[in-house]
Amino acid sequence: MDDTIFLLLAQDGITNGAIYTLLALALVMVFAVTRIIFIPQGEFLAWGGLTMAALEAGSFPGIAWILLGTGAIAFAMDLYDAGRRAGRGRSAAHLARSAAWNLGYPAVLAGVVWVLPLGALPLAVKAALTLALVVPLGPMVYRIAFQPVAEASVLVLLIVAVALHLAMIGVGLLIFGPEGSRTSPFSDAMLDVGTMQIGGHTLAVIAASAALIAGLYLFFGRTLLGKALRATAVNRDGARLMGISPAFAGRLTFLLAAFIGTLSGLLFAPLTTVYYDSGFLVGLKGFVAAIIGGLGSYPLAAAGAVMVGLLESFSSFWTSAFKDVLVFTLIIPVLLWRSIASHHVEEDE
Amino acid sequence: MTTGNILEVKDLSVAYGKVEAVSKVSLSVPRGSIVTVIGPNGAGKTTTLSAIMGLRPSSGRVTVDGTVETVPEVERMVVRGVNLVPEKRELFGSMTIEDNLLLGGFQRHRQGHRDQRDTMEEVYALFPRLRERRQQAAGTLSGGERQMLAVGRALMAKPTLLMLDEPSLGLAPLIVREIFRIIAELRRRGVSILLVEQNARAALQAADYAYVLENGAVKIHGAAQDLANDPRIIESYLGLASKHQERLSA
Repeated sequence: MDDTIFLLLAQDGITNGAIYTLLALALVMVFAVTRIIFIPQGEFLAWGGLTMAALEAGSFPGIAWILLGTGAIAFAMDLYDAGRRAGRGRSAAHLARSAAWNLGYPAVLAGVVWVLPLGALPLAVKAALTLALVVPLGPMVYRIAFQPVAEASVLVLLIVAVALHLAMIGVGLLIFGPEGSRTSPFSDAMLDVGTMQIGGHTLAVIAASAALIAGLYLFFGRTLLGKALRATAVNRDGARLMGISPAFAGRLTFLLAAFIGTLSGLLFAPLTTVYYDSGFLVGLKGFVAAIIGGLGSYPLAAAGAVMVGLLESFSSFWTSAFKDVLVFTLIIPVLLWRSIASHHVEEDE
Repeated sequence: MTTGNILEVKDLSVAYGKVEAVSKVSLSVPRGSIVTVIGPNGAGKTTTLSAIMGLRPSSGRVTVDGTVETVPEVERMVVRGVNLVPEKRELFGSMTIEDNLLLGGFQRHRQGHRDQRDTMEEVYALFPRLRERRQQAAGTLSGGERQMLAVGRALMAKPTLLMLDEPSLGLAPLIVREIFRIIAELRRRGVSILLVEQNARAALQAADYAYVLENGAVKIHGAAQDLANDPRIIESYLGLASKHQERLSA
């Protein structure tokens, strides 16, 4: 291996590592706030990439139907709950808000997408539309699948997450079809640094990831909403006593997780062909990274993600048939090390 | 409405499976007063507060400021101005004191009030020690400071009814006195207080009205002063405690 190849592989590894970082951070966040191991994180990546591809092809994206349907189910559940708890002043306003988000928003958005000349739109608008179409599915999915069982054990939540993952794979096949797609990169520019060429898209991926990490840091460190999510992660009962309901925290967390997943999809789809079931493998790599951080540390998860990216890229050069095997084998020494090194953590208070 | 009861509880029952922990408890808190619930360990005092707050399913009727809450629900009670300082404090241990306080005002902030900084200054004025340590993690505080933070955090919500569960539990006598001084001060500021205590002597001194809970039911209730002189109370709750208290203050 000479320097050029080394740098090329390193660049590749860091680019993928940046995307794994986003997924790993989302997994750590969702687990901290809701105790859900969010297996379908990767599906949001695949749906993001494939929705972008559909918009690029100029066809009406099938995901709009899914958004309409999912919203309708979420609203129906809110309606049922309100009926059961009738007689409380809050429920009317609550229902109106639910109707606006679950019925109104998808309908308006679907209408907009229907009339827009999709193929002719600039890249940034298509990316924004993709986010607008896919991200709201996050809180809806939380409402439908997780809110009714929010108090269940981690194992039950994991089983629900696996079921949701399988359901989303099936729905993905239905709306996107079995063919894969690759979207055009955010930038075709090439930057010469010494002997190395850095692609514009690579820079875009790294910049977007860095910006998102900085944004999350500010959100959790500076805003009251971010602090409310941290409070829920630290002490759910304490948070409830402040009026931060677990359902509210869950929906907000899933909104963020879906945003991160969809954005990673937009970044990932120009790098490789994305299929309806591509999300799982990518999400699993984010999961390995999150495990390296013990599902509890954001910096360690990010470092783990870059490590996974580099390991994958170099092993694909030396022994490409085994690249996934190597990446997932990484989890064994990590788990061994964690089980030896970790001590029993006392609960706060 | 400035008179009447801020809280009315009628026939509140709570069951753990088939065992009834609280049965048909009725109590009321007149606006601007301190009402205490005393009783031995396991009498159902904490369970009663949890049920009123909506942390536990219960049957019966809870009326806050004249409006019936058919099914009390925590978030809704906070919106209605009812706040609970639980026995376990439930602080956000890894977050700073200031963040803990800010989160106390979460629901008010959501409703569009933007006076959190002023309220925080008031809390710091009540508990100067919290101001000194505002950038410190809550988990590093001493027991007394934790209780102060838990009360201060609840005050950030500007409660009309503050429910305190065993605020003196596990605290040194000097801190206990400080906590009761704050409780009296809060009443002067117009906050109604429902106080659950094992320290019957201190509770009866501070309160206007008292309920004695035994085996999940109200056994005696009356003006706090009358109960403090009631021979049954003295024998069961104050006798030992008074000797203990004397030893402590000696």
